[in-house]
Amino acid sequence: MSRINSPAELESFRKEILSQRDPDKPCITLCSGSACLATGSGKVFAALEQEIEKQGITAEVSFRTTGCHGFCEQGPIVVIYPQGICYLKVQPEDIAEIISATIKEQKIVERLLYVDPNTGEKSSLEEDIPFYKHQQRLVLGANRKIDPKSLEDYLAVEGYQALAKTLFEMTPEQVVGEVKDAKLRGRGGAGFPSGVKWDFARNAPGDQKYVVVNCDEGDPGAYMDRSVMEGNPFAVLEGLMIGAYAIGANEGYVYVRQEYPLAVSNLAIAIEKAEKYGLLGKDILGSGFDFTVKVHRGAGAFICGEETSLLNSLEGKPGEPNARPPFPATKGLWGKPTNINNVETWANIPLVINKGADFFSAIGTENSKGTKIFSLVGKVNNTGLVEVPMGASLRDIIFKIGGGVPDGKQFKAVQTGGPSGGCLPENLLDTKVDFDELTKAGAMMGSGGMIVMDEDTCLVDIARYFLEFLSDESCGKCTPCREGIRQMLKILTNMTNGLGQEGDIELLQELAETTKGSSMCALGKTAPNPVLSTLKHFRHEYEAHINHQKCPALACKELIAFYIDPDKCKGCGACLRKCPADAITGEKKKIHVVDQGKCTRCKGCFEACPAAFDAVRILSGEPVPVAVPEEV
Amino acid sequence: MSEISLQVDGKQVTVEEGMTILQAARSVGVAIPTLCDHEKLAPYGACRLCTVEADAHGRTNLIAACQHPVEKDLVIRTRTEQLDRIRKVLLEQMLAHAPDSEQIVALAQIYGADPNRFEKDANFCILCGLCVRYCAEIKQKHAVGFFDRGAKREINFIPEIAVRECWDCKECFPLCPTSALQAAYVLTEALMSPPEPVAKGCGGCGG
Repeated sequence: MSRINSPAELESFRKEILSQRDPDKPCITLCSGSACLATGSGKVFAALEQEIEKQGITAEVSFRTTGCHGFCEQGPIVVIYPQGICYLKVQPEDIAEIISATIKEQKIVERLLYVDPNTGEKSSLEEDIPFYKHQQRLVLGANRKIDPKSLEDYLAVEGYQALAKTLFEMTPEQVVGEVKDAKLRGRGGAGFPSGVKWDFARNAPGDQKYVVVNCDEGDPGAYMDRSVMEGNPFAVLEGLMIGAYAIGANEGYVYVRQEYPLAVSNLAIAIEKAEKYGLLGKDILGSGFDFTVKVHRGAGAFICGEETSLLNSLEGKPGEPNARPPFPATKGLWGKPTNINNVETWANIPLVINKGADFFSAIGTENSKGTKIFSLVGKVNNTGLVEVPMGASLRDIIFKIGGGVPDGKQFKAVQTGGPSGGCLPENLLDTKVDFDELTKAGAMMGSGGMIVMDEDTCLVDIARYFLEFLSDESCGKCTPCREGIRQMLKILTNMTNGLGQEGDIELLQELAETTKGSSMCALGKTAPNPVLSTLKHFRHEYEAHINHQKCPALACKELIAFYIDPDKCKGCGACLRKCPADAITGEKKKIHVVDQGKCTRCKGCFEACPAAFDAVRILSGEPVPVAVPEEV
Repeated sequence: MSEISLQVDGKQVTVEEGMTILQAARSVGVAIPTLCDHEKLAPYGACRLCTVEADAHGRTNLIAACQHPVEKDLVIRTRTEQLDRIRKVLLEQMLAHAPDSEQIVALAQIYGADPNRFEKDANFCILCGLCVRYCAEIKQKHAVGFFDRGAKREINFIPEIAVRECWDCKECFPLCPTSALQAAYVLTEALMSPPEPVAKGCGGCGG
């Protein structure tokens, strides 16, 4: 097939692709997103190729590598269609059995199925696994059906249908209107209505306009955009083209982090293939609409996720923000009207056009529509990417989908919205994920980072961690951000080292007011959030650190001591052998004693002490009793 | 250019479109403190002392007067309790770096800033960027620039350029609100040698 010159040719090509695909033919799909590659998907791929050939079933089975399925905790993931049998943590040595049992004899390989840790129940189908069952994967769903390097696969799942509809059946005004009616809000963090943003760029005077994809995802622990870009680059490009048509742009840029090599290479392949088929370039689908796109790799600065910094970086200048106004919609890249949206926002556009604004706006809450992908990480059983309708509760995401907190620990807090977000406690778990509700609760939607914390997490230390991150990632241009973060970080570091002073909380609040109120860009304006939200919900932890040099979570190393309870110690020597600092003295059958001067608080003794004895205790905010190494 | 009317501290101001709030305020004699603004340079917004309160479209925002263009019917307040608190903290943060800067000390007295509020940090630069921007925008030499980011950001001369350009210029020196710029220059000077007088003929062959 060569260049596609009309919507009719597109449809006939699509039919041709589908006619060559037997829906009943077994198809083995292997997740090849970054997370699964890290757990060995590459070796599984080689084994699959080899085994399919060895068992002589090349003609009877199709085989496809796909983008991220989302259940990263359990990778590498193999799903066998048409049934949708899902095998988890698949290793190369499992492949022969998968092929001989499941493909040849329609038998399930029980040991590779998902087992519910709470009920012990097994699920053979992907859709029955609780992690997937409670999701609504409108954007991420296509990832598991397509090979991100195959335009044919994308066409098989209605790809480019929205573009054809836009170019031939809709005026640019109608496209903007549809996005406005859908009430789609930007997925990058601020939640600004996308249609309104498009309208600004559309109405801005100027012949030359630009559209930009923001794939500079930098929040610690967040990888929604990476997975969409790696797994379905065509959808992002299709959304971008629709946006370009709507605002009147013929050139686009994709700003991707240098740290996302797979996203960069899959995107480059997608662009090359789309160009080959005439789905990028001149006179797309014979519509007269021209569009070209360039990929720009970011150099790793978090601040470049902020749109004015991103544009400066694209122009080859230092990634530092500009004041707004002027907004990029009127004066953006090279001074021309520019519309920037985040990856997930662009990926939602084909859906909005295909299914219509009514369909889209029927999902979600009053002011937050559609679905949102969250990167569910931290102290949660099912780590991975989760896509839920807006309005789902944090509790459902963390417990129903995420499977709760591991090792029987207590849930303590969930941090949403990345470094600029906030930590919410247990009593706010029924908060709905919705731009306004999360902000009201003292956190924010952000781009979708969601970090679960258990009882062992110190919230003062978490605030310190995020401020340390922001201290490195602030561009340093304006005083309140640079100096405010510096001073807040100093105070927090002192607190976690037991050097907190009376008045520190008030000083933090004063610094936060200045940083929030007078910083130039969103990084500074939101930088105090980790401090303010933890102060709001976990003030007692701050007070314990300051007033009693006590870390209630027993996490801050400078504030804890390891103590061997003489009544429980059996003199077994387990802790003594484990201690890397030779800080434990003791002889067989004699009570062991920790030398506090030598102890590095590595927790090795605590973990080494047999559960039956449970003799090592962690103390904080109280003197360590003197122990005598007498006979047990 | 059309004219725009707005209100600054209760005074009605009419200025040309495209002017900043800082310029509009100055035109009616309202002084807004600033350390990084310079009439010859593009607005930069680094010191944030010029933060003012603005009512527009039913909302109140804090904005930097040096960067924000005038808008019709804006209502600006240049001194409120909150603004005084913000400026006080900003000045205290700067005093940790440059405790003897005359300009900063004078402003500190107005806003009651305590020079000892924060631990002293022996880096005398407040990163207003006047030198960097002057050298780039007016002289177009880029002999001094910003290095690193966040809390580690600093200014430095680039010796290779400074050796050519700085000996006879030094126009940035009087712009500096602290003594940091000269200090940075002196450090760089150690790396430079004065430009050699133009050689008359070739010494090698005696020609």
